[in-house]
Amino acid sequence: MASHSHSLGGPSRRQRVAPASRRWGHRRDAGATVTRRGFIGKGAAVLAGAAGVAAALSPLRHLSPNDIPTAEKFFQKHYKEMTPEDKQAVLERIEREVANRHCAIADVQAHEPLDGVEFLYALNLSRCIGCRKCVFACVKENNCSRGPEIQYIRVLKMEKGSIDVETSDHHYDPSQVPEHDSYYMPVQCHQCANPPCVKVCPVEATWQEPDGITVVDYDWCIGCRYCEAACPYWARRFNFAEPTIPRDELTTDMGYLSNRPRPKGVMEKCTFCLQRTRRGRLPACVEVCPTGSRKFGNVLDPDSEVAYILKHKRVFVFKEDLGTLPRFFYYFDERGSRYHEPIAPVAPGGEA
Amino acid sequence: MKRYFSFLWQCGRISFVGGWRYHTWMTVLTILSLIGLYAYCQQLVHGLVTTGMTDQVSWGLYIANFTFLVGMAAAAAMLVIPVYVYRNMQLYDVVVFGELLAVSVIIMCLMFVTVDLGRPDRFLHMLQRFNFPISMLTWDVLALTGYLLLNLHICGYLIYCSYCGREPSKAFYIPFVFIAIVWAISIHTVTAFLYVGLGGRPFWNSAIIAPRFLASAFAAGPAFIILTLQIVRRYTRHRVNDDSLLTLRRIVQVAMIINAFLLGCEVFTEFYTDSAHSASAHYLFLGLHGRSGLVPWIWTAIVFNLVATVLFVLPASRALRTLNIACILAVLGIWIEKGMGLIIPAFVPTPLGEIVEYVPTAHEIMVCVGIWAFGLLLYTVFVRISVPVLAGELTHEKRYGEPARRVQGVQSS
Repeated sequence: MASHSHSLGGPSRRQRVAPASRRWGHRRDAGATVTRRGFIGKGAAVLAGAAGVAAALSPLRHLSPNDIPTAEKFFQKHYKEMTPEDKQAVLERIEREVANRHCAIADVQAHEPLDGVEFLYALNLSRCIGCRKCVFACVKENNCSRGPEIQYIRVLKMEKGSIDVETSDHHYDPSQVPEHDSYYMPVQCHQCANPPCVKVCPVEATWQEPDGITVVDYDWCIGCRYCEAACPYWARRFNFAEPTIPRDELTTDMGYLSNRPRPKGVMEKCTFCLQRTRRGRLPACVEVCPTGSRKFGNVLDPDSEVAYILKHKRVFVFKEDLGTLPRFFYYFDERGSRYHEPIAPVAPGGEA
Repeated sequence: MKRYFSFLWQCGRISFVGGWRYHTWMTVLTILSLIGLYAYCQQLVHGLVTTGMTDQVSWGLYIANFTFLVGMAAAAAMLVIPVYVYRNMQLYDVVVFGELLAVSVIIMCLMFVTVDLGRPDRFLHMLQRFNFPISMLTWDVLALTGYLLLNLHICGYLIYCSYCGREPSKAFYIPFVFIAIVWAISIHTVTAFLYVGLGGRPFWNSAIIAPRFLASAFAAGPAFIILTLQIVRRYTRHRVNDDSLLTLRRIVQVAMIINAFLLGCEVFTEFYTDSAHSASAHYLFLGLHGRSGLVPWIWTAIVFNLVATVLFVLPASRALRTLNIACILAVLGIWIEKGMGLIIPAFVPTPLGEIVEYVPTAHEIMVCVGIWAFGLLLYTVFVRISVPVLAGELTHEKRYGEPARRVQGVQSS
């Protein structure tokens, strides 16, 4: 082996052969042999290193105060472990934060699931005209980020005669809908009874509530995006940046588990608008739909519209083979479909 | 205890001592690590928007590197098994380099996972509500930290014993060596299960992924170790004989062949069936609807792997220079195949059939380079320390004279 003195093991050999008197007590030894040049060299190296570390850390100056967790936030318990007093304190804290950041007075509540209720959604593919009003209503109601855009509902323009999403168009943009040779299939969270997203979460930041809604504790999520990879319906969204919401468009009626503003770095998803539906209202997307394609209700109530649809319509679930048991059903009308006879294009909001 | 602190002090001291090559190498690595840290700090400020990841392709280069590195760590077992199970003493002198590699690589893995998190500040939530045993990610956390601790213990103990100039007591490390062998297989299997268990991603939802992971790991890992041993033997006086390199060559040879076979099985299943579930494979190998971002990558990987396999099989690779080329090709080929080739296509097309391609940003690449540089830095330090200590050149006795008396002397001075 050539050039030992340049080798990794070289210097230690020099130490080995050094006389015993120099070997021992290297601290004194180092002090004694320090030359001015060596000292300056070492000092410069240490300085350069420190400067390098400081430069590397310098972007942290721009960290916004909201990103630095306060002790209160840092030690906040998991939602399921909070006592009513804990919840109250957290809700008040969130109201303060909304006041500071959005200059709005919000009413943040921890809506509890109702007894004897299991929510179910049904969507009539024969009626949907693909106007995307549901998408806009959803974004507004749920305080979704406008930039970067986060939307819980994706409306697919499907080729007639095919149910293959791979041939669908996500970004259709005609002057008028519906287009003649297509039908529309909106997809959002299916609130599965066997949800793959809940299974994979390493910290139990997402779970299924007794009324069937899968929720996310935005203050618990660590942002690993495993749930996003697991979801077969592409229903989960991640806050890649700090969400932005125009001040005058903030929905101030907020739920802890649903539409309160989210921080960056966490997951979010459709919650069937639980801040509305747990108080007897309809989800925003159902309310806004101009064609009545969207039906929502309590499936445990035999007189509900969704119970009727399940019993009497030709329903199907998307990707049934995956065993996710969705609470979101698609169906076709046997009669009154706009596909029975050739139709003239209708304006959004019109009826075939 | 005092002696242990003197050991740590010596380790710290010696990592700053070396020739100009060593210092240049370490300076370059430090600068690259700091650039990575800078990019990561920017990511902390702005969020993961600084990366090329989107809601469509929600895992990218970070998780790709993580997956590859888990395999590298598992490969330490390929040195340990011949030594401790089959009593192949040629590898005895170098087995500790494999274990040290495992330590530094697992630290890199943990760093790659951390930089991928949206909220690293909430890391403690892992301890408070650990979704075990349902979430595969919790299994992976346990497997990786366990493996890190096992290897830290084994290497640390052996090196410390050598520093103290005493024979290591078998009871203190042999049982851990055997646990670590099984554990090595488990870390990569669990990492494969992380992906395999997702029904919504047909590209991953295949039982062959775990065996493929292991085969590629047992090729790339020992190939990398061959390369490091070549460097160790070139630049230090640690004796690495040709036989140990050739033993490793034989391991890589077999693993490469199995890896190629398993890849063939996968490709056949995807393309002969040609069901809707093979869209991701189409995207990867041929491109889909005019999008073909990964096609050049995967074909490069396949060419590299095939050339490397042929080289490993031919007697030509007994020549150490050819062996080096084969190793570099194998490591690069498998890095692409398991990183870009296995993680990203599963997200293209999305479960709703949308095709969004993933291109890593400069930020993301800087963070990755930073972590790689830091890992290499760690590994260099480990090798720097272990070479003289294991050679008996740096011992407590030699540094401080007669253990008992001299230690007292230090105390009084």
